[in-house]
Amino acid sequence: MTGLPMIWGLGLAAILFVLGLLGVLVRRNILFMLVSLEVMLNAAGLAFVVAGARWGDADGQVMFLIILTVAAAEVAVGLALALQLFRRTGSVDADAAMRLRG
Amino acid sequence: MVGLLFLVPLLPFLGFLVLLVGGGRLPRRAVEAIGVGSVALSFAVAVLVAIGFAGLEGESYRQTLWRWMATGGFSADIGLWLDPLSLVMMLVVTGVGALILLYSVGFLRGEAGARRYFAAMTLFVASMLVLVLADNLLFLYLGWEGVGLCSYLLIGFWYREPANGAAARKAFLVTRIGDAALLLGLVLIVASLGTLDIPVLQDRAPEAWTAGSTLPVAAAALLLAGAVGKSAQLPLQVWLPDAMAGPSPVSALIHAATMVTAGVYLIARMHGLYALAPAVQTAVAAIGALTLLLAAISALGQSDIKRVLAWSTISQIGYMVMALGAGAWGAAIFHFMTHAFFKALLFLAAGLVILRLHEEHDIRRMGGLAMKLPVSFAGFLAGAASLAALPVVTAGAYSKDLILWQVAASTEGGLLLWLAGAIGAVLTALYIFKAVFLVFFGPMQTAPEPAPASPAMLGPIVVLAVLAVFGGGLAVPAQLAGTLPAPPLAGAPGHPPLAFALVSAALPLLGLAIAWALYVGRRGPLTGLAASRAVARAAPVAAAGFGFDALYERLFVRPWHALARTLRDDPADRPAAGLAGLSLGGYRLLRETQTGRVRWYAASLAGGMAAALALGVLS
Repeated sequence: MTGLPMIWGLGLAAILFVLGLLGVLVRRNILFMLVSLEVMLNAAGLAFVVAGARWGDADGQVMFLIILTVAAAEVAVGLALALQLFRRTGSVDADAAMRLRG
Repeated sequence: MVGLLFLVPLLPFLGFLVLLVGGGRLPRRAVEAIGVGSVALSFAVAVLVAIGFAGLEGESYRQTLWRWMATGGFSADIGLWLDPLSLVMMLVVTGVGALILLYSVGFLRGEAGARRYFAAMTLFVASMLVLVLADNLLFLYLGWEGVGLCSYLLIGFWYREPANGAAARKAFLVTRIGDAALLLGLVLIVASLGTLDIPVLQDRAPEAWTAGSTLPVAAAALLLAGAVGKSAQLPLQVWLPDAMAGPSPVSALIHAATMVTAGVYLIARMHGLYALAPAVQTAVAAIGALTLLLAAISALGQSDIKRVLAWSTISQIGYMVMALGAGAWGAAIFHFMTHAFFKALLFLAAGLVILRLHEEHDIRRMGGLAMKLPVSFAGFLAGAASLAALPVVTAGAYSKDLILWQVAASTEGGLLLWLAGAIGAVLTALYIFKAVFLVFFGPMQTAPEPAPASPAMLGPIVVLAVLAVFGGGLAVPAQLAGTLPAPPLAGAPGHPPLAFALVSAALPLLGLAIAWALYVGRRGPLTGLAASRAVARAAPVAAAGFGFDALYERLFVRPWHALARTLRDDPADRPAAGLAGLSLGGYRLLRETQTGRVRWYAASLAGGMAAALALGVLS
């Protein structure tokens, strides 16, 4: 495991993270926002794996497993919210939920 | 029988308590009976005490009821002190007070608020008795404040009229200035002598203080300020003419028996202190002389019958204060007594006139009432003669001549003070007989209501008229000789020379003659003088009491109001209010960020994180 320099892995993770972030910010459909969130989480996980590989440490992969679990829980909650949003407003537009404004 | 002394102030106080607590359920007759009866009983007890006191060895009698307070080195008792000085005061207060209360029963017939009236009147008498009988200055101060409170309650008795309320507040506030000074004086005495006990003070003050040093002068000056406020002397005389807003018997009580004589009593009581402060005693004489002249001229300019009497009280108290300042202690107290008789009489007679004329106060709209209201006329005439000190036949003549003689002969007094008193005597006869001639002589202008006067009103007038004429026979100065120091006469003590007595007797007759020429004869050179431009210019000044009211309005009342207006919005609260405004503004600003748009939240989160990272990396 010495072929690829770490910066490439980290660069890929950063690109994925930014793409996910842009997705969250730009998309109004709440399902696509959830998908984008997944992308961001996985970008963070990739960064952990790359770092673990660089130092030959298993902790990086352990962290990725934890992130995977958190992501599963997050998707469960997120989908439930999306469902509720659709029931209340009749759309999946995130901006339709701004009745909460203070 | 002297042991009954405690009943004298207690009886009116009990009357007050009964009226206060149970008066609402009592029928009117009972309210009147309690009000008059408690003070009349108190007078009866006072007479018994006086008889007992006459048979007593020694100059004084002391009755300590209980220990009031004891803190550190200072203690004060609820205790009474009877000597000839307080005996005279006690008898006059209870006797004249009882007569005035009896008169009130007739005066207030058909008016609401009898319970309030009699409760305040009995408390007034009780407070005054505490004041004159107290054996220490702290207890005296309690009575002093009680008198002030009751005067406020009674001057504003007809409280539905806003002007009456204003007059009551003015009386309360102006006397309060003096009260504050008196309190400071008491604190000064306690701090330097450690006691307020009057007999102990009289002994200890000359030992602890040298004559003319700072402390006794300061203490005497502060007590003098208190006396000036209560006795309506220059420069705090402005409250008394306005105090005429109260019912006539209240004015009679304030002027004759209670309240305004408290200052005279205080100075006479503390004569030992004034002996240590000769400068202040000179000031006392000067204040008295100035006040008596100023008030006599002011009385001349009044057209309201009660205001004439009010200014005449200020003037007569001025005589007493001048006598005190000249060391004629006994003469001052003698004049206090005769003044109580004739001034109460004048007010009661004037009250009857006013009542019959449907609240008409203006003497220029009265006239020809001598035959219509014979008792009022006889009473007013007797009182006026006594006030003017017509020689031989009136009580006032004896006391006023004594003051004039002792002031002139005293080493503390002198010709200047005598001159003030002499001019005052002429003016006194002039203004009071001006009122007599305008009200009772000449053509009738307002017809009196032909109602029969109740005996409750006529009786006190008759009794007081007898006292005002014959009261001068009471040998009060001789009785007081052992208690108060003798006047420091320059020559040998004794009777004044004949020439002096003749001059004294001629002064009021001169005033009477002028009044006759001006208001009855209406001819001669005097009438021309009275119509001249100089008099026309001076009249409004006298009517306004030399403009002290306007002066104080400018100097104190208006700046105070301006200050109050400035402070009305609580500028001291500005910093706190600013803090509250700041947090409110911050809240409004931050509220705008809570849009409810999830994507905005996410964007600001990302932005913030990027900023934090950039800060960490770049720095």
